[in-house]
Amino acid sequence: MGIGGTILGVPLIGSAVDPAVLLTPIMDAAAKKVLSDVALNTATSGGATYADVRIGRYLNQFIYAREDKVQNIENRESFGVGIRVIVNGTWGFAATSDVNEEGIAAAAKQAVAIAKANSSLQTEPVRLAPTKGVGEVTWATPIEKNAFEVPISEKVDLMLNANAIALKSGASYIDSALFLVNEKKYFASTDGSYIDQDVHRIWPNFSVTAIDEETGKFRSRQALSSPMGMGYEYLDPRAEGKVECPGGCIGYSHHYDLLEDAEMAGKQVKAKLKAKSVVAGKYDLVLDPNHLGLTIHEAVGHPLELDRVLGYEANYAGTSFATLDKWKTGTFKYGNEKVNLYADKTMQYSLGAVGYDDEGVATKKWDLVKKGILVNYQAIRDQIHMIDQKESHGCCYADSWSSVQFQRMPNVNLAPGEEPLTPQEMVKDVEKGIYIAGRGSYSIDQQRYNFQFGGTLFYEIKNGEIVGELEDVAYQSNTQEFWNSCAAICDKRDFRFWGSFFDGKGQPGQVSAVSHGSSTTRFNGVNVINTARKL
Amino acid sequence: MAILSKEDAKAILDKVMAMSKAEMAFADLSGDDGGNIRYARNTVTTSGSQKNISLEVSSAFGKKEGTSTINEFDDASLEKVVRRSEELAQLAPENPEFMPYLGPQTYDKAITADPGSMIVDPAKRAQWAAKSIGVCKRGGLTAAGFIEDYHGFTALASTNGLFAYNEYTGLDFSVTVRTDDGTGSGYALRDYNDINKLDADRATGVAAEKAFNSKGAKAIEPGKYTVILEPAASIGLLRTMFWNMGARSADEGRSYLSKAGGGNKQGEQLLDDRVTIYTDPLHKEVPNATFDWSGNPRKKTYFYNKGKVENLVYDRYWAKEKNMPVCPYPSNLIMEGGSASREDLIKDTKKGILLTRTWYIRAVDPQTLLYTGLTRDGTFYIEDGKIKHPIKNLRFNESPIIMLNNLEALGRPERINGHLIPPMKVRDFTFTSLSDAI
Repeated sequence: MGIGGTILGVPLIGSAVDPAVLLTPIMDAAAKKVLSDVALNTATSGGATYADVRIGRYLNQFIYAREDKVQNIENRESFGVGIRVIVNGTWGFAATSDVNEEGIAAAAKQAVAIAKANSSLQTEPVRLAPTKGVGEVTWATPIEKNAFEVPISEKVDLMLNANAIALKSGASYIDSALFLVNEKKYFASTDGSYIDQDVHRIWPNFSVTAIDEETGKFRSRQALSSPMGMGYEYLDPRAEGKVECPGGCIGYSHHYDLLEDAEMAGKQVKAKLKAKSVVAGKYDLVLDPNHLGLTIHEAVGHPLELDRVLGYEANYAGTSFATLDKWKTGTFKYGNEKVNLYADKTMQYSLGAVGYDDEGVATKKWDLVKKGILVNYQAIRDQIHMIDQKESHGCCYADSWSSVQFQRMPNVNLAPGEEPLTPQEMVKDVEKGIYIAGRGSYSIDQQRYNFQFGGTLFYEIKNGEIVGELEDVAYQSNTQEFWNSCAAICDKRDFRFWGSFFDGKGQPGQVSAVSHGSSTTRFNGVNVINTARKL
Repeated sequence: MAILSKEDAKAILDKVMAMSKAEMAFADLSGDDGGNIRYARNTVTTSGSQKNISLEVSSAFGKKEGTSTINEFDDASLEKVVRRSEELAQLAPENPEFMPYLGPQTYDKAITADPGSMIVDPAKRAQWAAKSIGVCKRGGLTAAGFIEDYHGFTALASTNGLFAYNEYTGLDFSVTVRTDDGTGSGYALRDYNDINKLDADRATGVAAEKAFNSKGAKAIEPGKYTVILEPAASIGLLRTMFWNMGARSADEGRSYLSKAGGGNKQGEQLLDDRVTIYTDPLHKEVPNATFDWSGNPRKKTYFYNKGKVENLVYDRYWAKEKNMPVCPYPSNLIMEGGSASREDLIKDTKKGILLTRTWYIRAVDPQTLLYTGLTRDGTFYIEDGKIKHPIKNLRFNESPIIMLNNLEALGRPERINGHLIPPMKVRDFTFTSLSDAI
């Protein structure tokens, strides 16, 4: 349905283990291949016309701290097998944590039995786009420093140092967290693929709160970090990862300075207590990538998921305004001609980057909206024939060995402007506007027409100048109107990722991690409301 | 062996506790065995089953704590998981807020497991789905639905003498029915501990009727309206009040329950005096476990009583700091209502809007508990005590605190998502824009 979880929430996949265990391989590729063949052979013997198996080891390390103390350190591991089959044109799936020949064979039989039980209801037999087996291959996130090898004491020291800095510079409280994820995924299928992948992700995050004790007013400011498909090197502050932004803000790309951001956060959250309440009305919005990423996610990523468009998500996430008849015209103006939106599962540093998706398809880049025109969707092997295409887009994913894989959002990005333009230069052209950075409140309807977004930092722009901070800001728009109001996009020097660990979809619900890259972008004449209330 | 009896679970946990060399240890042994079926476009899409069992052991030396897990249960594996948690505890920094593990507790006997709901054949799930799809096919409508059944257990133990065990069963069913031309949509949601209570035909029929009746929706101007909220429309907003019910954040000044100048609003009249909301794990309609994750007993507890804040949530650390009794987060919400039906509430309404479901509810301002979200799957205009016509969906920006001060009437409570909530009539509900979504 969209981004889930709370500010510092995280899906608890697996159970706790000690750090040394996280670095110990449980099973080598040769042993996984033997077990995979047991699953595939059992399934085909039972009548499956196709089968795939995923042997997954999901490792997480989470560290939580507040103010001057570490609250919890969790090392979690989950290891098991998921088996998917097609029998009589119907999917069946079963999973088990008994990772041995007997357990896997039993799960494969159960998957076959489920498919057979459901096949009498099947009215649209599964049509799987052909994918050539790739044999035995490997892929790994290109990391410089494995975060699981960094001593816990080093991570704790960094977090507590950041907390102390934020408190010293103005925050009353700080909750901070460091999330580390490693997915070791082995995929095999009856197509002849045996794919071994090692995926790493990292997310340092915090939320500071300042309180005016006299009035009881309180305000919060979140970190301007982003979850990334990187190792611990993301936490090495480097000049190449930093961008100067309007209002004295600092943006981060593939290197994040936690201590610097904590100091800024302490000052900025205190200033928010005194900021002017916005006057509702129409404004030109200048949206930082750390904010715009969520708008792209909700108002482009989700509406262009083909399963939503076709009605497969109608009972939960919803359907989509971007219907097939609009797409088929070849002229549907999703945005104006400045707007180029594309999907890419291969981008370095991104959360969605893998070599192969969870049904063995090699990943790639493709256009979704070109010069404002809707040109494509996101589709996987059993859907792609429905839009008269022959190759899956390679965006199938399951969040655990125990979850069935299905279509998930790839990294969806807004292409930077071609003319040289910095965020500061963009602000100079705005008469009446608001510069917004950071993630805030977000909500969108089930067909992705009407949305409302807040933010973390708001700066009023008058006659080309930032004149002060604002509060109580949320903007409401309609997706198509919004992208058609795009007035300018900064160039590639400003291109940065925003991301989420928690994109929620499906029943039973699953999360996935996804990045959205963009440069600072201006939208004209957007409706801004004032959200202040009195109890 | 995904499901262990109380005796078998205790035998494993006793063995684990006996192996401990730490100052104290705590263990959580849990397992589940469940399955699901999903359908859309009037056909089955995915279906699966899952069995899992795991043991998590925490060990503590002073205020240093470590946790480890395993899913094998021979003696060597149990020994390994205990030693690992002890090694990690020695490496961990001290947590000044660490609380010693609980000792023996007295729990009420839970009523969460139904003996007839423990084994579900995949064919049974397929039959439920077939019935739901059948209703829609016969009516020229399209169904998308999801059925999930589960059977599980949780057992806790500590070296201080704690032992707790709970077994549970249940089923969740939801269906969205859309008209084939895409101009109408309806929804139904059901959940039970006794899976045999599911009447998939009837529930789907309710959704089908809403879909049919919501065709041809007219636009109205956003603004403040009297609304009647069915439980599926109000539960999303009501839940937010209880996510924010912690005494600590209130005492720290960062909650809607904080008092200017310090302290919290416990004992204050915050809502209309007809609002009473409590939790009760032994309520027959919405039973729940009688202990929380750390072994604290759960009892019937009032959070709002006649509009007054009667209790806030205190974890063990904050309870000790403030010299207050521990109060766990509520596991179920039971809101008292009246005897009126939804139809009775409509009959008494001159002008208003009937909301049958709300969607994508997200926080806007934690200070006032302002949330935004949208109506979905059937929104209707009421005039002179009757539903006049369907209306287009609307975005709202509203606080449940303001909503429960603008209360007009309450109806008969119904089970929704494991809670018991009445339909309610509320004046001056704030809509800020129109949505084209159906």
